[in-house]
Amino acid sequence: MIFSLANLYIVAGLVLAAVAVMTAIDRQHPRRVGSALFWGFYAIVFLAGDHLPPTWIGGGVIAMAVLAGLRQVIPGPHALPTAAEYADCARRLGNKLFLPALAIPVVAVVVTLVGKQVSIGGLPFLDKGNPTLAAIGVASIVALALACTLTRETPVQGLREARRLLDTIGWAFVLPQLLGTLGLVFSDAGVGKAVAWVATHYIAIDIRFVAVAVYVLGMALFTIIMGNGFAAFPVMTGGVGVPVLVGVFHANPASMAAIGMFSGYCGTLLTPMAANFNIVPAALLELPDKNGVIRAQWPTALTVLTANVFLLYFLLPSP
Amino acid sequence: MAPDISLWPLIGVAVIIAGFVLRFNPMLVVIGAAIVTACAAGFGVAQTLTAIGTGFLKTRNLTLALILPLATIGLLERHGLRQHAQAWIQRFARATTGQLLIVYLAVRELAAAVGLTGLGGHVQMVRPLIAPMAEGAAEARHGPLPERIRHKLRAMAAATDNVGLFFGEDIFVAFGAVVLITTFLHEAGITVEPLHVALWGIPTAIVAFVVHALRLWRLDRTLAREIAAAREDAQ
Repeated sequence: MIFSLANLYIVAGLVLAAVAVMTAIDRQHPRRVGSALFWGFYAIVFLAGDHLPPTWIGGGVIAMAVLAGLRQVIPGPHALPTAAEYADCARRLGNKLFLPALAIPVVAVVVTLVGKQVSIGGLPFLDKGNPTLAAIGVASIVALALACTLTRETPVQGLREARRLLDTIGWAFVLPQLLGTLGLVFSDAGVGKAVAWVATHYIAIDIRFVAVAVYVLGMALFTIIMGNGFAAFPVMTGGVGVPVLVGVFHANPASMAAIGMFSGYCGTLLTPMAANFNIVPAALLELPDKNGVIRAQWPTALTVLTANVFLLYFLLPSP
Repeated sequence: MAPDISLWPLIGVAVIIAGFVLRFNPMLVVIGAAIVTACAAGFGVAQTLTAIGTGFLKTRNLTLALILPLATIGLLERHGLRQHAQAWIQRFARATTGQLLIVYLAVRELAAAVGLTGLGGHVQMVRPLIAPMAEGAAEARHGPLPERIRHKLRAMAAATDNVGLFFGEDIFVAFGAVVLITTFLHEAGITVEPLHVALWGIPTAIVAFVVHALRLWRLDRTLAREIAAAREDAQ
């Protein structure tokens, strides 16, 4: 496959490696060794992860967390244009500035729709397992070419700008991936089974409304704790959804599961653990309060969650 | 009644909660919870490192779509993308912040519902375009904004992106959540059509749109008052 996930991991790894090298040789960076090591480890995970023993990766991940915890991962100095230079540039390039930004989704959509059937020299063009992600890879490369042409900059300047953006987000960039990892470790260790046991043994789950509320609110609560609705779903659906809602109250499995997953998403809107949706944007938008996005979301999330409880309750077949 | 399974791994959940309440670095909290959970389940050192390492490799796809567009967006920002977006929206003097975000909510949710989750995102759209536009629209009506209001509008722009994405993508048949649901139920001995799962997502998706759109509509109504109050506080 030409645009396989493995190849795109190499591209991402090269970007991260460039960031690490630029950080390492930046004499003005106040913590250049720690920051360079952090991005360097991360680059290795993408470049060589599949060829290294998983124990090494595990050790590297722990080292990355320690570097972040010791405040070694901080932004370097970046010389920015003045307000007048920005305004000047914006006037000169005008609406053309939108083109490369909009090209990412548009090209990704077109490539997803068209690229699935295309193969070059016997090799399929897109990753079979994940054509959408592969198409975003294609689109990013096309958009970078457009942006370089438009701004008359080199891809190397693009890498410098990538470093500037990564510096703004910092270690929080890696947090979503670490949370996904935690979800997998939880399921390896049997956390789901333990929760199901507790839920079925300590709550009056034989009352219809209680059972529905436990499932819906439990999905939200577990997502809040783990930051990931996908991790919460097997726990709550295996523990309460299938044995109680379907087994005892004959819920429609499709509607139960769909509403359950959406309840998890309400939890995602409420939790700092869903870093890439809540904490990363707060950093990206330079909000002084890192929970600012959650503060803007909680009224929507709680209203939808309440609606879900009643929706699922009224969808249960009458006894 | 004595549990027939080990409850010790639940300690990991306690570590997470305690770590966040005590405001430790989230990276340390998460990795600490992973290590504690693995130990509680009786994993040795090598097995713990392997579980963390393989997990981290499997989840690389979560950050891939964030890394690849960075260079493009960074270059455009250096050449005034955000400044231009702000100037651009100010031509639409009649569009209010709330109307603008309602349109974005609708586009984001509908696009995600047909699988176009790439249309939007915090790095790709909110920071460079939507947030400056929302600020620009408010500025065109109310003059220079106090910092507090500026931050509130940015947070609302990010929130709108999240709500649109979450409640749109789950009604797309080929999306991971729907795949996960059908696979899991199949393992539990229940066969459901992916299409049925997607269709049963629609009522909640509509509720989410209506609730959030109403809040955005109200934002316009209360903005003038909030700006006046924020200016008074600043003095």
